[in-house]
Amino acid sequence: MTFSGEFLAFMSLALVAVIGGVLLLNLTKVVHMVVALVFTFVSIAGIYVLLSAEFLAAVQILIYSGAITIIMLFGIMLTRHNDTSEPKTGRWRKLFLFVGVLGFAFAVYIGIYNLDLPSAPNDLHVNNTEQIGIELYSKFIIPFEVTSVLLLVALIGSVVLAKKDDEKEAEKE
Amino acid sequence: MSTVPVQAYLALALILFCIGLYGALTKRNTVIVLISIELMLNAVNINLVAFSKYGITPSITGQIFTLFVIAVAAAEVAVGIAILISLYRNKKSVNIDEMDAMKH
Repeated sequence: MTFSGEFLAFMSLALVAVIGGVLLLNLTKVVHMVVALVFTFVSIAGIYVLLSAEFLAAVQILIYSGAITIIMLFGIMLTRHNDTSEPKTGRWRKLFLFVGVLGFAFAVYIGIYNLDLPSAPNDLHVNNTEQIGIELYSKFIIPFEVTSVLLLVALIGSVVLAKKDDEKEAEKE
Repeated sequence: MSTVPVQAYLALALILFCIGLYGALTKRNTVIVLISIELMLNAVNINLVAFSKYGITPSITGQIFTLFVIAVAAAEVAVGIAILISLYRNKKSVNIDEMDAMKH
């Protein structure tokens, strides 16, 4: 395998992504964990660029490293966050889970290892956003509209759930 | 045509998925469990985009699916954080092993 620019870019992005994930598992403060995961999200956006999905890379930066991380940080700061988490999980349980996940990874890796797909030429990189728009509005119009309903339901649902219900509080007191 | 084979992308997605799975199963803080689930969804997205470029019939559909997955994931995070906050108001705790009742 030659060390081309694409290969080097992929290796460095993948390294940063995996390091972010490992830091998520090993850090003790929850805020640090979330910040470590931002590195993973940004490098996944870089992976999208390598896979000629520039629009998705922009969406990934906006939604994941922007919105979702901020929501998670709010969730941490609105709840109790000063206790460093762990370690009551139990070492045996962790060991069993680790072995189980490792077995899962090995089983899937056997399937990946021998995969040989014939590569076909594609033109995904030319006018990527325009292609996505045309496809979205010609073939996927109904799922697109249903997604708007889903987002509305999530918005109203989260407002209703997180709202402080004063009547119940008044009844309790 | 390309110097990075499709197996490399799939292996990266597998590693990230396994990290997310292990984190979701072992961590006690609910926020960390939610964000581990986000990591698993991201790994699936990498798979979709990789197959949309290097699959047998390359097409833009994989990227469209990824957009839908991102939208659903964002909605899920919003509802999850709302549930977490209302649970915290009742239980004064964010540890996932103390959330074992649907009514208080």
